[in-house]
Amino acid sequence: MEIPDVKQSWSNPINEVKIGATKEEGGTRSHTITVGGAKTLPFLHFEGGRSHRPVVAMEVWDVAPSDWPEELRRHFSDVWDEPGKWAKKCVEEFGADLVCLRLQGCDPDGENKSADEAAWAVKRVLEATDVPLIIWGCGNKEKDNEIFPACSQAAAGERCLLGSITEDNYKTLVALCHADKHKVIAESPVDINIAKQVNILAIDAGLSEKDIVIYPTTGALGYGIEYVYSIMERGRIAGLGGDKMWAMPILCDIGKEVWKVKEAVVLEEEVPEWGDHTQRGPLWEFITAVVYLQAGADILIMRHPKAVKETKRYIDSLCG
Amino acid sequence: MALTGLQIYKLLPKTNCGDCNFPTCMAFAMQVAAKKVPLDQCPHVSEEAKAQLAEASAPPMRLVCIGNDENKLEIGQETVLFRHKEKFYHPTGVAILLEDSLTDEELDKEVSYLNQLKFTRVGEKISIDLVALKHKSTTAEEYAQLTEKITKKTSLPLILICQDPSIVEVALKVIGGRRPLVYSANRENFKKMASLAREYNCPLAVYAESLEELADLTQEIKSLGVNDLVLDPGTRKTGDALNSLTKLRRLAVEKVFRPLGYPTMMFTSEEDPFQEIAQAATYICKYASIVVIRAKGKWQILPLLTVRQNIYTDPQVPNTVEVKLYEIGPVTPDSPVIVTTNFSLTYFTVESEVENSKVPTYISVVDTEGLGVLNAYAGDKWSPEKIAKTLEQQKVRERINHNTIIIPGLVAVFRAELIDEFGWNVLVGPEEAARIPSFLKNEWKSGDKK
Repeated sequence: MEIPDVKQSWSNPINEVKIGATKEEGGTRSHTITVGGAKTLPFLHFEGGRSHRPVVAMEVWDVAPSDWPEELRRHFSDVWDEPGKWAKKCVEEFGADLVCLRLQGCDPDGENKSADEAAWAVKRVLEATDVPLIIWGCGNKEKDNEIFPACSQAAAGERCLLGSITEDNYKTLVALCHADKHKVIAESPVDINIAKQVNILAIDAGLSEKDIVIYPTTGALGYGIEYVYSIMERGRIAGLGGDKMWAMPILCDIGKEVWKVKEAVVLEEEVPEWGDHTQRGPLWEFITAVVYLQAGADILIMRHPKAVKETKRYIDSLCG
Repeated sequence: MALTGLQIYKLLPKTNCGDCNFPTCMAFAMQVAAKKVPLDQCPHVSEEAKAQLAEASAPPMRLVCIGNDENKLEIGQETVLFRHKEKFYHPTGVAILLEDSLTDEELDKEVSYLNQLKFTRVGEKISIDLVALKHKSTTAEEYAQLTEKITKKTSLPLILICQDPSIVEVALKVIGGRRPLVYSANRENFKKMASLAREYNCPLAVYAESLEELADLTQEIKSLGVNDLVLDPGTRKTGDALNSLTKLRRLAVEKVFRPLGYPTMMFTSEEDPFQEIAQAATYICKYASIVVIRAKGKWQILPLLTVRQNIYTDPQVPNTVEVKLYEIGPVTPDSPVIVTTNFSLTYFTVESEVENSKVPTYISVVDTEGLGVLNAYAGDKWSPEKIAKTLEQQKVRERINHNTIIIPGLVAVFRAELIDEFGWNVLVGPEEAARIPSFLKNEWKSGDKK
């Protein structure tokens, strides 16, 4: 029996965003990574038009985390006294596609490190690894605006992905990205219209559409993932359908959310009915990544080596 | 797809006899189309017309029920490709696969284990839905005995995985009353399988390796009088299965292509314990009505059932938690009191950060009609008066020794008025939940003792 054709054709491919710069391009990376380019909803090969593979960045801090559970600690405590060593382990031992340096040590509520210290951490990671770099601030707006000029300068020409800008705090970072040729992470609070608004602001301030990655906020599996999932699906459908302000690759900040939920961290001794925590934690992070990949994620920021390895295998199995 | 008035008119006798109490057949047809009167109010309408109308008004994807009335699983009747368009109606049934090589003792153990594979999340009980028994090497009698043992040990509905109708028949004689899903009819065995499914009134899974062949088979099986079908498009690699499940959903819902307008099922093929769960999670996100897995570790099933719970949450209904004073950790009357909304995402984020802080804390949940902190403020769903009233109702004055309340940083503007309304000191907490642990550890100080 003949079957009706259900192929959908979309008018507008998702933008390609290139991260990292090689020597020839004015940086020091051994290769660049391009994300985006989707022409269909995720992994629908029968509609043709493969996009670039989604990539996994591993998280590195400029300070030893005090609140990471043992299941994470045991993989990083030998290197987390120095961001270069930490980054090198993520790339060489755990196969991270990119490094995501989170400048948590600059948080005024924590160690309150200076802009110079932050820039030093950026340099250390650049020296120790040759993969493209994501640099994320500490989350305190004023402090991030203070440290980013030095960090951006330290990585000038490396075409890093810097984050994040928001609706009410974008001018400093956008100017830096423009000046030092970086890309930017545009953050919005699980809201399809605010996501567009941040992009419009960044473009009005001088960036191009191809300089922006959307970060629609991330929720862990079991903790609001369905809200973000549907915002991402709606946004991606809008983008493919021609909405230029949603035609950006999407980033999900997974490790940070997963490793504070109880299902990922509580020990088996405390809740025997949830089973082995040494497996449950990495699986929780991996499955959170899987669900976001199905909603269109292009960049995943993750923590656990096992979760990273399995996510990359899963991407392989779908990209063939 | 419902018929229009004109399409219904064509099925009527067109005599304008008025026996339906409407002046003309056309007027009557319009009323039927608007679902205001039933078609059989026309005493002259033919059986054929009735059948056609019933067919046309059927949902694009059939609802199929597995199991009997006491314990059934309903699957199918989905209406959309994306949950934000409406919602997904019937959560994917998770089936655990057992094999007939199990000894009686092993089977007992397995089934009692499956029976307690239950979790409570966000106040909702979640559990697996089906037990699948795969036939490999037993005789028909042995297989039937095993199925009987399973039905005696569990109320979960069954899937019989066996392509030999003579073996399925023996099993159905014993447990047919439980209405198991019979897996599967294929090109070779479908006549016998269909006749068994009809005789025992059981749902039947249909297997083919292409969608074209699948559509041919469902039509032939339907003509044998079996309507409760479940489709297995035969793909087993994650990417292929994702593509075929997507096509099936589009065909059913968007094209209203009746030969494939049935719920679907998929089997995992990955042997790795992580990859298998990823595969199953993919099929839950993307359109499988049943997923059959081998994995059964608690640490594997909990995240999988959580994916299903999340994806099948109705996006139109704000998720709320009960309005009350929650106790997180071993609280004492000296513990801090945090005020938040009854939007479950807000509540559970705050709860999880409070847990992280290891500071025992009360969380006073205010009824904001399921809106988060800022939305509730913008929509006038909460106010200092309402918070004060809630704190009174929750007997915070009586239960707490100190006199300090912590409010979300995003509604700092409530502070002065809340002090007036409730008479206690009001501390402005952080704007982001992630800062709650450092706030509780470093900034929270109980005010003066009463």
